[in-house]
Amino acid sequence: MLKQIEGSHAMAEAIALCRPEVICAYPITPQTHIVEGLGELVKSGELENCEFINVESEFAALSVAIGASAAGARAYTATASQGLLFMAEAVYNAAGLGLPIVMTLGNRAIGAPINIWNDHSDAMSMRDAGWIQLFAETNQEAVDLHILAFRLAEELSMPVMVCVDGFILTHAFERIDIPEQAQVDAFLPPYDPVQVLDPENPASIGAMVGPEAFTEVRFLAHYKQRQALRLIPAFSAELGKIFGRATGGLLRTYRIEDAETVVVAMGSICGTIKDTVDEMREDGVKIGVVCLVSFRPFPVEALGEVLAEAKDVVVVEKSIAVGVGGALADNIEGALRNLEKRPRLHSAIAGLGGRPIPRDSLRRLFETAVTDPWEGPHFLDLNDRVVGREIHRVRKVRRSGSTAENILRQLALTSQLPQD
Amino acid sequence: MFQVRIHGRGGQGVVTGAEMLSVAAFIEGRHAQAFPSFGSERMGAPVIAFCRIADREIRLREPVQDPDCLVLQDPTLLKVMDVFSGLRENGFLLVNTNKTFDDLHLGAIVEKLPAGHAVIVPATDLALKHVKRAAPNAALLGAFAALTGLVHFDSVKRAIAETFPGRIGEANIAAAQDAYDLVMAQERATAA
Amino acid sequence: MTDVQMTDVPALAPDEAQQKLKFYQKGTFTVGNRLISEGERSVQASQARSNALTSGHRACQGCGEALGARYAIDAAMRASGNDLIAVNATGCLEVFTTPYPETSWQLPWLHSLFGNAAAVATGVAAAMRVKGKKTRVIAQGGDGGTTDIGFQCLSGMFERNDDVLYICYDNEGYMNTGVQRSSATPPAARTATTPALGPEPGNVFGTGKFVPKIAVAHNIPYVATATVADLHDLERKVVKAMAIHGARYIQINVPCPLGWGAPSCDTIKLARFAVECGLYPIFEAEHGRVTHARKIRKQIPVREYLKLQKRYAHLFRGGVDDPRVARIQAICDAHIAEYGLLGDDEEV
Repeated sequence: MLKQIEGSHAMAEAIALCRPEVICAYPITPQTHIVEGLGELVKSGELENCEFINVESEFAALSVAIGASAAGARAYTATASQGLLFMAEAVYNAAGLGLPIVMTLGNRAIGAPINIWNDHSDAMSMRDAGWIQLFAETNQEAVDLHILAFRLAEELSMPVMVCVDGFILTHAFERIDIPEQAQVDAFLPPYDPVQVLDPENPASIGAMVGPEAFTEVRFLAHYKQRQALRLIPAFSAELGKIFGRATGGLLRTYRIEDAETVVVAMGSICGTIKDTVDEMREDGVKIGVVCLVSFRPFPVEALGEVLAEAKDVVVVEKSIAVGVGGALADNIEGALRNLEKRPRLHSAIAGLGGRPIPRDSLRRLFETAVTDPWEGPHFLDLNDRVVGREIHRVRKVRRSGSTAENILRQLALTSQLPQD
Repeated sequence: MFQVRIHGRGGQGVVTGAEMLSVAAFIEGRHAQAFPSFGSERMGAPVIAFCRIADREIRLREPVQDPDCLVLQDPTLLKVMDVFSGLRENGFLLVNTNKTFDDLHLGAIVEKLPAGHAVIVPATDLALKHVKRAAPNAALLGAFAALTGLVHFDSVKRAIAETFPGRIGEANIAAAQDAYDLVMAQERATAA
Repeated sequence: MTDVQMTDVPALAPDEAQQKLKFYQKGTFTVGNRLISEGERSVQASQARSNALTSGHRACQGCGEALGARYAIDAAMRASGNDLIAVNATGCLEVFTTPYPETSWQLPWLHSLFGNAAAVATGVAAAMRVKGKKTRVIAQGGDGGTTDIGFQCLSGMFERNDDVLYICYDNEGYMNTGVQRSSATPPAARTATTPALGPEPGNVFGTGKFVPKIAVAHNIPYVATATVADLHDLERKVVKAMAIHGARYIQINVPCPLGWGAPSCDTIKLARFAVECGLYPIFEAEHGRVTHARKIRKQIPVREYLKLQKRYAHLFRGGVDDPRVARIQAICDAHIAEYGLLGDDEEV
């Protein structure tokens, strides 16, 4: 049913349609509205047969989900930013135990300096944890991906993180098609765990594995996650058929036929990029965009295919791997490595800590990539004055101290000066 | 695409106002996207909310930088920030006040806009009268419908009723109706 | 080097293996007391006991934790009609019971992390509730996993009154990682991180916490301390706890021969002395109120308890008692006064 509702609320409804049996809730902006919505559905009795547990931390949230999932219940939780870091140990643990937990990540920056706004630093921090990571471009896709996630997780015995841009999607009121219960039921059968804590058939789960088999365990985790490269398109197609709309997939392309410049990005920014691409296409620029849905597993082959004909590939990502550059760009580099005509790769870091990414900045970026390519990561809309002043100051002292504090002090200082 | 930017303060229903506007557009079968200026604002802090209305899917996720309509819920913000930033030449301006544009020193800005594109409405007074709460958002939506004609007033009423069921909704609709009538009267006066 | 040794030792065919002898625990009458009436006999004396933690695990000789866990879990198994799931924190118990690729557990058992056993158990209990199953849930861990790193999850589980029995095997330190101080390490005790050096050798006075009291402060339905020196009492408390729903906490004093620096044969003696000197009060509390304290049968000075352990050796150097011994005695006296540990036990 078409509804004009908040993204978080739509996700809550979609998750409820998946008939979760245990939901663990701990508040952290900007994911909070999702678990609030679910709490309402449970308390009002609309979502039956579900335990809603208010835990005392994110670490407990995922730990409760681990216990519930291992005991055979369909378990769900949500978090963001610092919360994901606080549960980090359990994030790896859930994957290692092969538990099909689904978790929403309302993507948000990581402090310090503390910042509640959107970027992808949190998701990137857990990219090697063994979870499948799917990025939603729209709230409609966020709804669909959650339903897909439960199926995928339970098919593979592997947790799935649905990454949704904090505020930009979670707090946006939009037209969203909420599927019918029967449609979801047709796609998602009841959870039938492969291994479960059962007194009738006692098993020890989570025992130590030594050097004699640990490599094999990790190899198989990798092998298993690569299976998702086949399952994600298959399940997406099946879901699309039931819902009557294209959804999910490993990646989506937009106007890449004959494109010389191809942009690659994840999440909600893909929408703004599409609008930018349309504008540039109108002016005769051969440009397109690849919206990556599945970041883990990373679809190397699929990316190679869609980027094979490009001259320039511009990766726009909302995180910075400090000391290296863009993590997504690095991964894309790997996908391009074996192409016959290897395109030039341009890495751009944008939207950190909620910095808006406007069309005109993007357009300038895409044009510059072709005309005046840069080395290493380019920071979109970087305030050169602030950065320049701090670098200048740092050069003059032996030990520079905290960057964030210094910038704040300088900004405070300059705001008191008369404007010229 | 029509873009609206609403400036107000935390507790005035700024975000809800944008959301209700998007619902009104949705009711008319259009695409709409409402979102707040994301922040950890507390009561009384400046808050901005946005609403885009279009006849096709809205993919754009940047904040509204060049609004077609600017709604100023709280004129005290004039001293705090450049609320008119990017307002289009042929844009609309809706100000919640019981003063005049000249009292607020907005004459120059109003003059730049096409005739009849700038109106004032005492939305807080209307809210206090009907809702007994200083939440001018519903009244301003009524005024918005009258000013821009972008959404039908019936859709606005339905959107308010969906957001606030029961008597609170009725009170808000009454405030919106008064504001709608006031602005329609102003518009007719301008046209005459 | 290792290869050579490996090849030099011919593998024994199963029927030639030295360990033909099995220490059968099930079906024997070596444990428990068959001279007393059926009803009074311990769970361990019963041929029907579940033997949930079975033989062949890798605990040290004289491990108090292994003993405490076997009695506690078997009692819980009997109380639940063998319909029980255990969640285990990381620690000695977890490591020595599940050496790859074996397990000693005869009940469904889950190990997740060091600090989350209580929360994982909450999840298991939630799953049982939502599935409409009567299966009971216990969580267990050492003092490090309980009083330190797992404390937040433990408090959360208590506060929500989740239907979990949490059992803490308190050996007063991080024994799994090589005997470091925990918040359950007693004052003056030497550990790897509180060495017997400097002006205040061993663990600092005035630090640490006694989690049973904190559990009582959560107003949960049942809290008890127990000791491997009184296994009947331990079993009774577990059975009692299992008859109650909601959050329950039992902390069992389990001497660690390695960590405490005592002969393996002294485990029970040490546990008994800890109780009889008043250092480890054994009590029960229900809904925030202490309801019963186990009386000291034959009071001993704490000195006798301390002298048996190398971790306190620095208190007795040169044949002279360190003044700290008196301070520890004062702690014992305070416990005796607080819990009323002297006198006749009206319940016994």
